[in-house]
Amino acid sequence: MTVTEKEVSRQILQLSGANANLCIRCGRCTAACPVAGQMDQKPHRFASLLLHGQADTLLRSNSIWLCLSCMACSERCPRGVDPARLVEGVRQYAVRPRGMAHFSPDQVPDVVDDEMPQQALMAALRKYRK
Amino acid sequence: MPKIGVFVCHCGSNIAGTVDVEKVAAAARTIPGVVVACDYRYMCSEAGQETITKAIREYGLDGVVVCSCSPRMHEATFRRAAEREGLNPYMVEIANIREQCSWIHKNREEATEKAIVLMRAAVAKVKRDTPLTAGRSGVTRRALVIGGGIAGLSTALDVANAGYEVDIVEKEPTIGGKMAQLDKTFPTLDCSACILTPKMVEAAQNENINLYTYSEVEKVSGYVGNFTVTIRKKARFVREDRCTGCGACMEKCPSRKAKNEFNCGLNTRSAIYIPFAQAIPNVAVIDAQHCLKLQTGKCGVCEKVCAAGAIDYTQQDELIQREYGAIVAATGFQPIRPYQFGEYGYGRYPDVITSLELERLMNAAGPTDGELRCPSDGRKPKNIVFIQCVGSRGQTCRDKSYCSKICCMYTAKHAMLIRDHWPDMDVHVFYIDVRTPGKNFDEFYRRAAEEYQVDYRKGQVGKIYEEDGHLMVQGSDLLEDRQVLMPADLVVLAVAVEPSPDARKLATMLTASMDNNDFFTEAHPKLRPVESPTAGIFLSGMCQGPKDIPETVSQAGAAAAKVIGLLSKKELTANPCTAHPEEVRCNGCGECEKVCPYGAISYEEKELRVMGRREKRRVAVVNTALCQGCGACTVACPSGVMDLQGFSNRQILAEVDAICR
Amino acid sequence: MKQYSYFPGCTLKEKARELDLYARQCAEKLGFSLQELPQWQCCGAVYPMASDEIAPKLSAVRALEKARQQGQDLITVCAACHHVIKRVNDDMKQGGDIADRANRYLGFDTPYEGQTKVVHYLEVLRDEIGFDAIRARVEKPLTGEKIGAYYGCMLLRPSGVMQFDDPESPSVLENLLAALGADPVEFPMRNECCGGYRVVDDAQAAGHTARRVIENALKNGVEELVTACPLCRYNLKKVAGGQIRVSYFTEVLARALGLLKEGGINA
Repeated sequence: MTVTEKEVSRQILQLSGANANLCIRCGRCTAACPVAGQMDQKPHRFASLLLHGQADTLLRSNSIWLCLSCMACSERCPRGVDPARLVEGVRQYAVRPRGMAHFSPDQVPDVVDDEMPQQALMAALRKYRK
Repeated sequence: MPKIGVFVCHCGSNIAGTVDVEKVAAAARTIPGVVVACDYRYMCSEAGQETITKAIREYGLDGVVVCSCSPRMHEATFRRAAEREGLNPYMVEIANIREQCSWIHKNREEATEKAIVLMRAAVAKVKRDTPLTAGRSGVTRRALVIGGGIAGLSTALDVANAGYEVDIVEKEPTIGGKMAQLDKTFPTLDCSACILTPKMVEAAQNENINLYTYSEVEKVSGYVGNFTVTIRKKARFVREDRCTGCGACMEKCPSRKAKNEFNCGLNTRSAIYIPFAQAIPNVAVIDAQHCLKLQTGKCGVCEKVCAAGAIDYTQQDELIQREYGAIVAATGFQPIRPYQFGEYGYGRYPDVITSLELERLMNAAGPTDGELRCPSDGRKPKNIVFIQCVGSRGQTCRDKSYCSKICCMYTAKHAMLIRDHWPDMDVHVFYIDVRTPGKNFDEFYRRAAEEYQVDYRKGQVGKIYEEDGHLMVQGSDLLEDRQVLMPADLVVLAVAVEPSPDARKLATMLTASMDNNDFFTEAHPKLRPVESPTAGIFLSGMCQGPKDIPETVSQAGAAAAKVIGLLSKKELTANPCTAHPEEVRCNGCGECEKVCPYGAISYEEKELRVMGRREKRRVAVVNTALCQGCGACTVACPSGVMDLQGFSNRQILAEVDAICR
Repeated sequence: MKQYSYFPGCTLKEKARELDLYARQCAEKLGFSLQELPQWQCCGAVYPMASDEIAPKLSAVRALEKARQQGQDLITVCAACHHVIKRVNDDMKQGGDIADRANRYLGFDTPYEGQTKVVHYLEVLRDEIGFDAIRARVEKPLTGEKIGAYYGCMLLRPSGVMQFDDPESPSVLENLLAALGADPVEFPMRNECCGGYRVVDDAQAAGHTARRVIENALKNGVEELVTACPLCRYNLKKVAGGQIRVSYFTEVLARALGLLKEGGINA
C-alpha cells in the first residue's frame, strides 16, 4: 500500500515533535537562517507545506541537507514553533528507509583529513543516515 | 409549606429544540409545594412575564422558579416582574437550562433529564429563600481620575462639564501623557500637540477640575460612592504658587547630564526643568537625583536666579486625603524597551531606535529640531528600515501575546511623513500583516505604499549588525521567497506596548482585577467594557488594552458617562446578597479577611453572650457596602460560621440534595 | 577544592587535546578539579531532535546518572557534548515519553529525573570561581591582544534549555578575556554558525558559512579567535588561513595563567 503525501506530512509533523499550527507566517526563521540563501525551500515554508500535506516538495529539497541545526530559527521564532525540529523531521523521514542515507561510512576516507575532529564524522553520520 | 410556581421557557428552539419543556413542567408539578407549573415560548416577553405575575396573584405564590437562560441575562427582568406583583424579588430563582443544558447537549432525553434536575435544585433553593432588602448608602459627588494623559483628561473633562468635581492625579510633573510626545496623529496627520494642548488648558482652567501633578495614589479605602483616597504629592522643591515658569533656573542650572525623559533620553536636560514648553502646570521641578544642592549641599544657583522666590530645597512630600464617589483608572501604557531582542541591537547600535524615539526625532520641539538625523553621528539617513511587531504577537518569554494594535498605523504615518519631508530617503517596512481596521485607516496605509512609494515587505528581520560603518539588515521577503540583506542608516522598531508598570500596584489598592498582561479587566468584555468588576471603579484608555487615540477618547467618554450616572444618584442600592458571620461561633481566626478580594472584612472586639456567659471576643465584621457576595469567605471559614445571604450553606446543600436524589 | 564529574568527550581525547589538558591544569590552578567519569561513551555529537529517538540519548543519560551517584555536578568543556548532555538532561527533567522509556530501558535503581546539574567549564569560571579571582591568578597578561570570542551555536541555543548566556549578546567569554588582560573584540557573527557538520558532506559549502564569520571578525580587527568547540575551530581554521589564529579558550587561559607548554602539548 502506498502512503499518501498527506499521510507522510502528518507523520513528519508527529516525528518532528514541533507544533506547526503555532506558525503565523512571519518569516523570522528565513530571516535568521545563515544558509537560507542556498536553500531551494526556505525555512518558513516547512510549517505551511507540512500542514498542507505537501511533504514531497520538502523531501526533494536541498534544504534538509543544507540545514546546520544551528537553532537560529528556533531561537528567534516568536511563536515557539521550533522550525529546526520541522527540518529535522523531514530529514529523518528521508534518511530512515533502507538505502536512503545521504552519507555513507564508505565516503569517510575521502573527506577526512588529519585535523578533522571525530565530532564532525559522528554528527554527519547521525544527521545524514540512520 | 410555601407555594411555589415553576415557569419553563422554550426560548424559541434554543431550549425547546433539545429539552422537552412540557416534561420539565410536568415533573415540577409532582414536587410537593409546587402549586403551578407551565411552559411558554418566550418567558421574557411581556406575555411571558404576565403568565408569571398572574400566577403569583391567583395562587398567592411565595416563590418563583424560572427555567430559562443564564441569570446574567434575565434574572433582573423576572425579579422586577415579581416585585410588581408584591413578591420580594429575592424570592425568584433561575434554573439555567439553556447555557448549562440545552446548548451544550445533543441528546434530547439526557438534556431533558438534566433540565429536570436543575429545576428541582432551584425549587429546593427557593423553598429556603428569605425575603431580602437591599441596603442604601450615600454618594460623594466627586470623581478621581488616575492618570492625566489623553484618556484621563477626556474622562475628567466630560465629568466636569456635567457639573461634578473631578481630581486628576498624574505621576509626572505635567499632564499630557504619551500623546504630548507624539509628532503627528493618524489618519489625519494633525499635529498632536495642536489638538492635545487645548484639552490640557481646558482641564487646567475648568473650575470643576483639580490637578495633582507629580503625585501618586498612596492608599484607597471605602467602597462605591464612598472612597477615601490618600494622595502623595511628591516634593517638587519648587513652590507651585510662586513659580512663573520663566525658565531662568533651567538656563543657569549647572547640572545638565540628566536624560531628558520627554525626548526618550535622546538628549539631556538640566536638573531643574519643565518637561516641555506647553507643560501644565508650567512650573519647574527639581530632579533630586541630579541636583547638586540636594546631593552635595553645594550649589543653590536656581534659588539665586529665581526672581519669584519659588525655590524651596526643604520641601517635603505632602499627603492629602480626599473623598470620592467614583474612581477612574487611566494609567495608560509605555512602549517596551526591546533590549531582550539582542539580534536587533537596540541599546548596542544608537541608530536602532523605537518608534516613540522617532517621534521625538521628527518633532520640531525634539532634540534635532525636527530634522531627522541618525543618533550616532547626526548624519541624514538615506535608508530607513521599519520592523513591525517587535515584541507583539509572540508566544515566547520575550514577547507579548497580544497585537499592540497601533503600530501598523503609526508606522504608515512615519513612513509617509518621512517620504513627504525628505523624498530622497528610502523607507522599507518589514511586516507580518498590515492591520488597519478603522475609519479611513486602510486608505491611509495604502497612500503610504501607493502615493509615497514606501517599500512594504512581507517578512521579518532575523539579525541586524554593523559592517563597514552602516547597519546591515538581514531579513526575509516571503512573497519573493528569499532572504534579503539591505544596508540601513536608521532602523525603527515598532515595539509592543505594555501597561504602565505602576498599574499593578494601583489595581491591588483598588481591588480591581487584571489579566495576565497587567491590563485592567472589564466587568463584561462586551456589555460592560468601561467598568471594572469592582463597583465604582471605571476604566479609561490603554490601561484596559491597546487602543489608538480616537478609541481612547471614545472609551474615556463612555467611562465618564458611567461616572456621571453614578454620581447623579442620591443614594446607592447595595446588593443584599452579602456575607455575614454567626458572631457567637466566630473565633476571629482571620481566614476570611485573608481571602476577601474586596477588603470588606475586618475584626472587632465584641461583647457576646456565649453559653449564658458574657465574654469579650474578636469577631469578623462584614462591611456590606464593600461585600460583593463572592462567597470566598464562606468557604474559607474553618468553623463554617460565615454565610452568604441568598446563597446560604443550607440552601446550597439543599440544592445538592435535590440533584443527588 | 570542589570536585566535578567530568565528561571529556571523544574529540578531546584525540584531536582536541589542548582543550582537555589545559582545562584540567587551569582548573587545578584555579581551585577546582575535574574527575573524569569512570566509564563514558560518545555523546553522539548532535542532539537527536526527532520525537521518537531514545537510543541515541542513552549515553548521555548514563553519564548523568553516574554523576548523580557521585553526588557531583557534571562538567563539560566541549560545546557539543555540553549541548547534547544539557538537552538530554532537560528531556529527563521534563518527564514525558522519552524520559519514561529511557528509564525503563536503563533500569536504574531509582529513575533518573534530571537531578544532575550540568555545567559548562565557562559557567564554573563565571559563577563559581569569578573573574576577579581569575584576574588575580594571571601571570602573563594578554595585554594588547585583540581576541574575538566565537560562541557559535551550541552553547547558546536554544537559550530556554541551555541557559548559558544571553543568546544574542553573550558576554562570558569577553569577560574572561578581559580578566586575562586581553582586549576582547565583540563582532556581530560571534553567535552565527561555523558550518558545523556540513563540512563532511560539502566542505565548500561549510567553508562559505565559516568565511562569513572570519571576514566579519577580520573587519572588526580580531587577531585571534577563541572557541569552546573543536568543530568550530576546525571549520574556522580551514578558511582563516594565516589571517587569524583560532584557539581553544583553554589555551589562552593557560597562556595567561602561565601554564602553556612551549612548542605544543606533545613537546
